[in-house]
Amino acid sequence: MRDTPLSFAERIGWGALGLAVLLGSWTLLTASGLVPRPFLPTPLDVLGRMIELTNAPFAGATLPQHLASSFERYAYGVLLAALIGVPLGLLMGWFRWLDDVVTPLFDGLRFIAPIAWVPFAALWFGTGMGGPVLIIFAGAFPPCLINAYRGARFVEPRLIEAARMLGTGNLRTILEILLPAATPSIVAGLRVAAGLGWQSLVGAELIVAAAGVGFMMVQAQANVATPTVMAGMVAIGIVGMLIDIALRQGEAWLRRRRGLEA
Amino acid sequence: MIGRRGLAGLTSVAAALLLWFVLTTLTGLVLPGRFPAPAEFWQSLVQIATRGYAGAPLLAHAVQSLKLVLLGFAVAVATGVPLGLWMGWSRRAEAAINPVFLLIRPIPPLAWIPLAILWLGLGDAAKIMVIWFAAFVPSVINAFAGVRAIDRPMIEAARMLGTPRWRLVREVIAPAASPMIFTGLRLSLQASWTTLVAAELVGALLGIGFVLNVAQQDIYPGMILVGMVTVGLLGWATTWLLAMAEQRALAWNMAARD
Repeated sequence: MRDTPLSFAERIGWGALGLAVLLGSWTLLTASGLVPRPFLPTPLDVLGRMIELTNAPFAGATLPQHLASSFERYAYGVLLAALIGVPLGLLMGWFRWLDDVVTPLFDGLRFIAPIAWVPFAALWFGTGMGGPVLIIFAGAFPPCLINAYRGARFVEPRLIEAARMLGTGNLRTILEILLPAATPSIVAGLRVAAGLGWQSLVGAELIVAAAGVGFMMVQAQANVATPTVMAGMVAIGIVGMLIDIALRQGEAWLRRRRGLEA
Repeated sequence: MIGRRGLAGLTSVAAALLLWFVLTTLTGLVLPGRFPAPAEFWQSLVQIATRGYAGAPLLAHAVQSLKLVLLGFAVAVATGVPLGLWMGWSRRAEAAINPVFLLIRPIPPLAWIPLAILWLGLGDAAKIMVIWFAAFVPSVINAFAGVRAIDRPMIEAARMLGTPRWRLVREVIAPAASPMIFTGLRLSLQASWTTLVAAELVGALLGIGFVLNVAQQDIYPGMILVGMVTVGLLGWATTWLLAMAEQRALAWNMAARD
């Protein structure tokens, strides 16, 4: 805004400076003894702890095992949200009466933070698989529903009119016109849902779970094992990032394919 | 006047409440240990409002949660919006800060809770820190995007007229970016509530999340529902207040939008 765009070298330089300030001040704070090490381990301590955790179990399992059980719950929760949210959104976009019935209830429930479902989730489904899955579902469901709904509502009216004129039935209109036309919006919603679901998973595991990365972090917190807590944070961050990258790739692939088809 | 939509909404909510009554009290299809009947919900509400539950009456819990959300939100906005404006303004600031963001952003705010408790204990400070982390990011990103979306000629015109820098920021940049900034604030507020409830569920001595936590341990469905409804109402009320503030602040823009 103030100045012309930076050159590539300048970008790298400033970026390196930013990271150096962050990591440097972190390391200095601890290495200088200003902050006690059990309180704030150095970046290298955290990295070392992560490597250690790949085969030394903590809270009953190694880090990859915790990650695997977290991911399993996560996949079920997000899948369930997509399988219910997307069709319901499309139907609400097509049948006005369904929209009128569901929207007020949905709007009321939306103000309850997904994490507030934790007590009922534990009461109904226990702390193994079902409880966390319900919370992930609560986090991932709204964007699935909203984006499918908006995508279906804002379909080019001429397409629908043409289909109606040709005598296309409700089901075929939804499957062959609304669904394809709403796909970009749905995919964008799925990406948001994946992010929120991952966030809810962490919250769920901090409170109700007997395995998983969040559970590992809470155990580490109770044992004042700061490096293990931070190793968990890094692992969660990396997996979250990988999920987002995978979905972006999927989105780009879909766009390319649709581009070719058109 | 209630329109067709409003009428359908009222009917739908009324039907849901009736269904609740039929499933629990009338037929007992849903066991009381699973979900409370309306009467149980009411008893729990009266109990916590008058005699108190989890160490304090409902009002004290609600005030505590509200206080923490507002404090954390205020700190996040006060730091996030200026940082976003600065990153939007200066390409160098963007180049330096963006990689740090890319590194920290993938970590969900809720994952900071154990660390915050380790560092700051179970008191208010830990919660404010976590809320700050959660609400900071949307504030920064939207303020940044708001500045970048400003038409260049507008800034150039102001410059050409010799507007001093601080006036440029106050009278051109900030107002032009404010619709986006408010979008960021809404997301920040939502994130603040989610994070607070989670933080209070993990460890607290007062607050709505703590009520939920104790009710869960006591296996007390009526009180769980009271806690959830309170969280929803508080979230709704603060969102509404923010929308009112937005309408006042952006009155000039609303007219242009219609």
